[in-house]
Amino acid sequence: MNPPSKSPSKPAVDSRRDFLKKSSAATIAGAAASSLVFPTISRAEPFQGTIRVGLIGCGGRGSGAAAQALSADDNVQLAAVADVFEGQLEGSLANLRKKFGEKVTVGDGEKFLGLDAYQKVLDSNVDMVILTTPPGFRPMMLEAAIKAGKHVFCEKPVAVDAPGVRSVLQSAQSAKSKGLSLVCGFCWRYHDARREFFNRIHAGEIGEIQSMFSTYYTGPVKPMPPASRRPEGMADVAWQIKNWYNFGWLSGDSLAEQAVHSVDKIAWAMKDIDPVSAVATGGRQIPANGGNIYDHFHVIYEFPNKVLCHLGSRQQRGTYGENNDYIHGTKGTGTIANGCVIKSESGNWVDGPELQTDMYQAEHNHLFKSIREGGAVNDGEWMAHSTMLAIMGRMAAYTGQKITWEEALNSTHDLAPDDLKWDSEFTPDEMALPGRTKFV
Amino acid sequence: MPRLQVPPVSSVSLACTLAFALAAGIASAAGDGAIDFEKQIAPIFEDKCLNCHSGEKPKGKYSMVTREATFGDGLIVPGDPDDGDFYWLLITEDEDEMMPPPDNGGPLPDEQRELVRRWIEEGANWPDGLELGKAKGPDFSTEIQPILDKLSVEDREKLKAWIDAGALWPVDNPDTVELAEKIRELIVATSVEKVAEEMAAYTETISTTGVNFDLVPIPGGEFVMGSPESEPGRQPNEGPQHPVKISPFWMGKCEVTWDEYGPFMVSDDRRSKPGAKIYPDPDDTIVDMVSRPTKPFMPMNFGMPEKGHPAIAMTQHAASKYCEWLSAQTGHYYRLPTEAEWEYACRAGTSTAWSWGDDPAQAGEYAWFLDNANFQYQKVGVKMPNQWGLHDMHGNVGEWVLDFHRSDGYASLLDSGKVRENPWVMTDKLYPRSVRGGSWKDSPVGLRSSARLGSDTKWKMQDPQLPKSIWYHTEPRTLGFRVVRPLEIPDAATMFKMWNSGVEHDGTQE
Repeated sequence: MNPPSKSPSKPAVDSRRDFLKKSSAATIAGAAASSLVFPTISRAEPFQGTIRVGLIGCGGRGSGAAAQALSADDNVQLAAVADVFEGQLEGSLANLRKKFGEKVTVGDGEKFLGLDAYQKVLDSNVDMVILTTPPGFRPMMLEAAIKAGKHVFCEKPVAVDAPGVRSVLQSAQSAKSKGLSLVCGFCWRYHDARREFFNRIHAGEIGEIQSMFSTYYTGPVKPMPPASRRPEGMADVAWQIKNWYNFGWLSGDSLAEQAVHSVDKIAWAMKDIDPVSAVATGGRQIPANGGNIYDHFHVIYEFPNKVLCHLGSRQQRGTYGENNDYIHGTKGTGTIANGCVIKSESGNWVDGPELQTDMYQAEHNHLFKSIREGGAVNDGEWMAHSTMLAIMGRMAAYTGQKITWEEALNSTHDLAPDDLKWDSEFTPDEMALPGRTKFV
Repeated sequence: MPRLQVPPVSSVSLACTLAFALAAGIASAAGDGAIDFEKQIAPIFEDKCLNCHSGEKPKGKYSMVTREATFGDGLIVPGDPDDGDFYWLLITEDEDEMMPPPDNGGPLPDEQRELVRRWIEEGANWPDGLELGKAKGPDFSTEIQPILDKLSVEDREKLKAWIDAGALWPVDNPDTVELAEKIRELIVATSVEKVAEEMAAYTETISTTGVNFDLVPIPGGEFVMGSPESEPGRQPNEGPQHPVKISPFWMGKCEVTWDEYGPFMVSDDRRSKPGAKIYPDPDDTIVDMVSRPTKPFMPMNFGMPEKGHPAIAMTQHAASKYCEWLSAQTGHYYRLPTEAEWEYACRAGTSTAWSWGDDPAQAGEYAWFLDNANFQYQKVGVKMPNQWGLHDMHGNVGEWVLDFHRSDGYASLLDSGKVRENPWVMTDKLYPRSVRGGSWKDSPVGLRSSARLGSDTKWKMQDPQLPKSIWYHTEPRTLGFRVVRPLEIPDAATMFKMWNSGVEHDGTQE
C-alpha cells in the first residue's frame, strides 16, 4: 500500500494563526512562540538503522497499533512496554510475539508497570513511542515524549480538557522545532476513500458548504459495572482507570472519546477552521453506576457565515444505529454512509473498491516513512483542533450555555490533577446538570 | 491423641510464663530477624493445621483458631519450645503422634519447623484478638501436585512460565459442553416432532426479545451437489458433481434480520473477548451463559437500514453462537446449515444454475443483486421464494454455512461409489470458511446455487485491535446467515462442536 504522499490535512493558514493566537499556548510557550506560527523546519535528519518502538498502553488498541508499527517498516523492533495492569501487558506481548517473533525484543528489564511506567519507557533506548493509554493521560505523556526526543504515534482524542489541548499544542510545536514526527489516530484522515471524498468537497464539487449533519448513534461501549463489583481494597484511581471510559477525566466523555471521529469529519469538511460557537443538549438516561459521562449529545457548531454543523450522538442499547455524514453545499450534496457519494450539478461520484484501504496501517506507514526520511510530519495542530471541537461541544451540553470557541479554548477547567497515584482517593466531578453546572 | 491432654497448670505459673513471654518478645523483636506471626507463622498454621483443628468439631477437640485455644494449658510455653508438647509433635518421628499426621500431609518442611521453633523461642507472640481461619487455597501436596503429575514435561514448563509471568486466570467461561447438555435437556423436553410427517411450517418467538421469525420444513432426500462444467460462470471449486443424501430439517424462511440478531449482538454486560460475562450473576440462566459478542465500536450496519433488513458483518463463530443463544431460549435445536444442506435447500429439487432456471434475466424477480439493490442490502422476504418457500437464497446477503472451504472443490472428499450422507467438512483452520448464495454486490453468476465463496483474513481489516475481535468481520458488508433446525436431535457433544467450530481462541489464528 502506498503511504499518503503528504500530510492528510492542510489547515488554512489564517485559521492556524487564529487557533494559536486565541489559545494561551502562545503565551505559555514564551519566546519560541512569538511568531505565532510554527517554526518552519521542512526536513529533519533522515534515520537509518533500527527504529526501536516503545508501547505505552497495552490494551487491544495499543497492541493493534504496535502490530501496525511492526508491519510498517522492515527494520523496526518493539523494545519496551508500559501498562498499569500486568496481565494486560503480558497478554499483549504474548500476542505480539506470536505474530512478530524476533521483532519483539522486550526483555524483563524493558517491561514497566505503574502510572509512572511511561517515563521509564521514555528513559529507555527507544526512538518512537505509541501513546494508547486512556486519553486523560495523553497531554502529560505527549509532553514527556517530545521532551525526551521521541517520535510519536498517539491515539485520538489527544486531550480531555482545554488545559490538556493547550499542552498538546505546545508539545506539537516543540516536536516541530525538534524535527520529530507526530502522527495521531484520527484514522479516517488516512482512509483513501474519505480523503478523495473530502478532496472533492474542498475542490468545490458541491459548492460552498451550507450545513452538515453527522451521526454517531451506537450502543454503549464499556458500560460501568455496579459498585458491588469493585474488589475490596481497590482505591478510587485504580477502579476508575479499570473502567476508564465511564469517567470524563480519563475518556473525555463519549463525545470526545468515540463520536470525536464524526466531530473530526466536521472539522475536516470545514478545512479545520475555527468555529464561532457551540450550543448543545445532552444527558444520561441509562444508569451511570457511579460513572460521570453522558450517553447522548446533540451539538450545533456555528461556523463563520452561519454555517451550522450538527452532531448527534448516542450510546444506548436497542436504539437506532447510524454513523453517517450529510453535507449540503450550494451545488450539491456529499454523503458518507455505506460508502462515499457526491451528487452535484456536474455529475455524481461514488467511491470504488480500490479506495477501501487499511487506514490503520496507512497511519503507521505514513509515520515511519516520515521518520526514515526526516520528514517531521506533524498532525499536532489539527488533532488538537478536532479534540477541542469535541470538548467544546461537551462544555456546551454540560453547562447548557452557548460557548464561544475562544471561551472554550481558554477554559481553565482541569478535570484531574497530574499527580494522582494508583492508590489515591479521587472523587471526579459529579455528573453535569445543564443550567446548574458552571462553565469554568 | 493422648499427648494433647495436658495436665492443667496453675494460674500462677501461667502468669509467670506470660511475663516472660512479653520480655522475650520485646528483646527478640529488637534483634535481627524477629519472627512475624501474621506473615510467617499464621500462614503455616492455616495451611497445614486449621483444616482439622478448627470449626465446631476440631479433631482431638483441639482448636487452633485463637491464641488461648492453641496455647492450651502449657502446650506452648512462650520462650521454651522444648517445654510444651506443641513443638514436640512437629518434630517427633513417631508416626502415631506426629503432626500433621502422615496421612494428612506429614511433617512440616524443616524450614517451617525451624520458624515455629524460633517463634516460640522468641516469646510466641500472637496479637490480641487475632483469629486464624482455614487457608482459602487448596492444599498443594494433596490437591495440586496430583494435577501437575498428570501434565507432560512440556505442559508443566508452559504452566510454570505462565505463573512466573504473573498468571492472571481468565474469566471463567460457563459456555462449556455442560452448558450444551443443559440446553439439550430443554430441547429434548420441548421438541415434539419425532418423524418427518409431523414437520410443518411454524413461527418461532425469541422469548427474551419477543421477536418472531418463520421456518419452513425441508424434506429429507438426495440431490446432486455442485455444478456441471458446462454451466456458464462455473468455477472449478464447484465440482465434481456428486450425490449427497440429506436428512430432514427446518430452515429459516428468510435471512436472520437485525431485529433478531441485534439484541443478541449488543448486550448490557461487560464481556471478555471470548464473550463471557466479566461479572456473572449467580442467577444467570442457560441463555445468559451463552457467549455473546463484545460491543462493536461503531454501528455494524455501515449506514444501511436495520428494521426488516438482514444482519451482517458477523463472524461464522458469532452466527453459530447466535444459534446456540436461540436454542437455549426456544428449546429447539438451531445451528448454521452445513454447506450441503444449504445447497440442497437452495436448489429445492432443481438442477439448473438458479432455482428459477437457467435464465439470468429472471434474476430481478427472485434476487437482490448488483443491478437492482441500489448498492446495499434490502428488506428480506420481498422477492419471490424458491420452490420450498425460501426467500433470498440467491443474493441480498451471502450466507455463512458451517463448513471449511476446500478451495480445490469436492474431489478429495469423495469415496467412489458412496453417497455422502449429511456431510460436514471441518478442520481446525479458520480460513477459509464457506459462504453461499452471493449478495447485493454480485452479478447473477455469483448468485448461482452452486457458487461458493471462502472467507479471508482481510475481512477484519478495519479492526484496529490486537487480538482482533472474534465476533466481527468489518469488511465485506455482504455477510449474513440463516438458521436451520435438524429434525434429529444430536448428543450434546455434537451440538457443542457445531456451535463452536468457528471460534478463534486468541484472535490471531489464521
